[in-house]
Amino acid sequence: MITTQTDFRAAIFDPQMAVPASLTDGSEQPAGKRFNVYRNNVIVSLKEALSESFPVVTKLIGPQSFANLAGLYVRAHPPCDPRMMLYGAEFPAFLETFQPLQHVGYLADVARLELAQRRAYHAADATPIDPAIFGELPPEALASATVLFAPAMQIVQSSWPVLDIWQFNMTKDAPQPSAAAQNVLIGRPEFDPQMRAMPEGSAELITLLQNRTKLGDALETIEQSHPDFDFSALLGVLLQTGALVALTPSQ
Amino acid sequence: MFDASSSSQLPNAPGVGYKPQHFADILESPAPVEWLEIHAENYMGLGGRPLAQLRHLAEQFPISVHGVGLSIGSEGALDGDHLARLKTLCDWLNPASFSEHLAWSSHENAFLNDLLPLPYTQETLNRVADHIDQVQEVLGRKMLLENPSSYLAFAESTMSETDFLRAITQRTGCGLLLDVNNVFVSATNLKLDARAYIDDFPLAQVGEIHLGGHDEEADDHGAPLLIDSHGAEIADPVWALLDYTLERSGPKPLLIEWDTDVPDWPVLADEAKRGARALAPSLALAS
Repeated sequence: MITTQTDFRAAIFDPQMAVPASLTDGSEQPAGKRFNVYRNNVIVSLKEALSESFPVVTKLIGPQSFANLAGLYVRAHPPCDPRMMLYGAEFPAFLETFQPLQHVGYLADVARLELAQRRAYHAADATPIDPAIFGELPPEALASATVLFAPAMQIVQSSWPVLDIWQFNMTKDAPQPSAAAQNVLIGRPEFDPQMRAMPEGSAELITLLQNRTKLGDALETIEQSHPDFDFSALLGVLLQTGALVALTPSQ
Repeated sequence: MFDASSSSQLPNAPGVGYKPQHFADILESPAPVEWLEIHAENYMGLGGRPLAQLRHLAEQFPISVHGVGLSIGSEGALDGDHLARLKTLCDWLNPASFSEHLAWSSHENAFLNDLLPLPYTQETLNRVADHIDQVQEVLGRKMLLENPSSYLAFAESTMSETDFLRAITQRTGCGLLLDVNNVFVSATNLKLDARAYIDDFPLAQVGEIHLGGHDEEADDHGAPLLIDSHGAEIADPVWALLDYTLERSGPKPLLIEWDTDVPDWPVLADEAKRGARALAPSLALAS
């Protein structure tokens, strides 16, 4: 009788399953609870990794509820990659469909924000643009320019005040979240991700610019759907977060 | 086949497993630590602080890259993407050593985040040797293979761990990473003689020694069950087993591992000082 890795893995994830029979204590007795060391190492380490990656979700539902929830998640979605920095990509969608937490509607978006922060943290480096360029370029050159964003830039769109909720849980003296939808931009000026709320229409504008639409044309498109679009506010967000890397005027 | 005689480029001195919270302390007062070990998978992002810190440290310290996710003992093929990422890291960093574990951790597209045990059979031997050949060929460098901590045994095993490791080094030319705490943990858990294990270990192939803390629990029959936790100071009998090892092996690069409940730098530096004292007699004999 032998224990294959398929047998071993199945018994790790199912605590009710019998310990594979060829596993012993070294003295020809069944391994018994010795097998639980591996069960424990695998499940606990994955649950802890998840909790460390989603501190605000953990805080919002409490560590004990989070541990129970994480136990379900790690069995349903074990990592498919040894880079634990990537673990939890399906966690927001899992939260969205988890019936007992349906009353906490914003939970999945908070998880999306925490996931996006982690992605920004590990993204490739880029040097932010020198803001002086906005004073140097004539208006027509600016309008003809295409825009390059930093690889660290992340956008989270929410129908909840997701950034306010995050800050209320993570920073001292943060104000109570207001009842408004927030679209959040995350950038990384150097090593620490910075998050800012963006004016409405910003996410659509950024998508156009990422598709190499010229800045002037993209702004015209956005102003049709958002007549009061505040570009200078978005520009402030992009500069504060280091998300803007280059402006290239058309020749 | 790689030339097993080429020695590790790590110094025969204490090193520690690098933790980001110690970055400033290490730069300011590293003594007696002369080299650092990183877990490869933590440096597989594309940028940011982890890589910036590593680049900075690598200018001042020899670095050992220690993989925890390659799953060399997998029944299936090695993850080619992961091996390529290891190559990227080793190519830009040019570490003084690369090591991995005699274990498996991935199966059927799931990574289990633990070092899982293998039966010591001819079939396992063939597979692990093939995987090590592949790793050494792709990386273009010799690797060290670490002995595991064992909590149970496989009835189907046909050889001892030391015979298994010896055969692996002979077939692949790889070196070995001898984790003395793992020897103590496994010997206690499986009622084996730790010193006999050291006597039987191919010490000439050892390129690095690991030491870490363990926790003590009990099995179904009340027998001691030691857990390799890396979350405490190194136990006195493990230091004694290190002395026994160094008397036979001569001086080796000696790593202190502390991965959970990581203490402040002075506590870790104290463990490294104890490591330096343990190394002193063998260094004196070798000079």
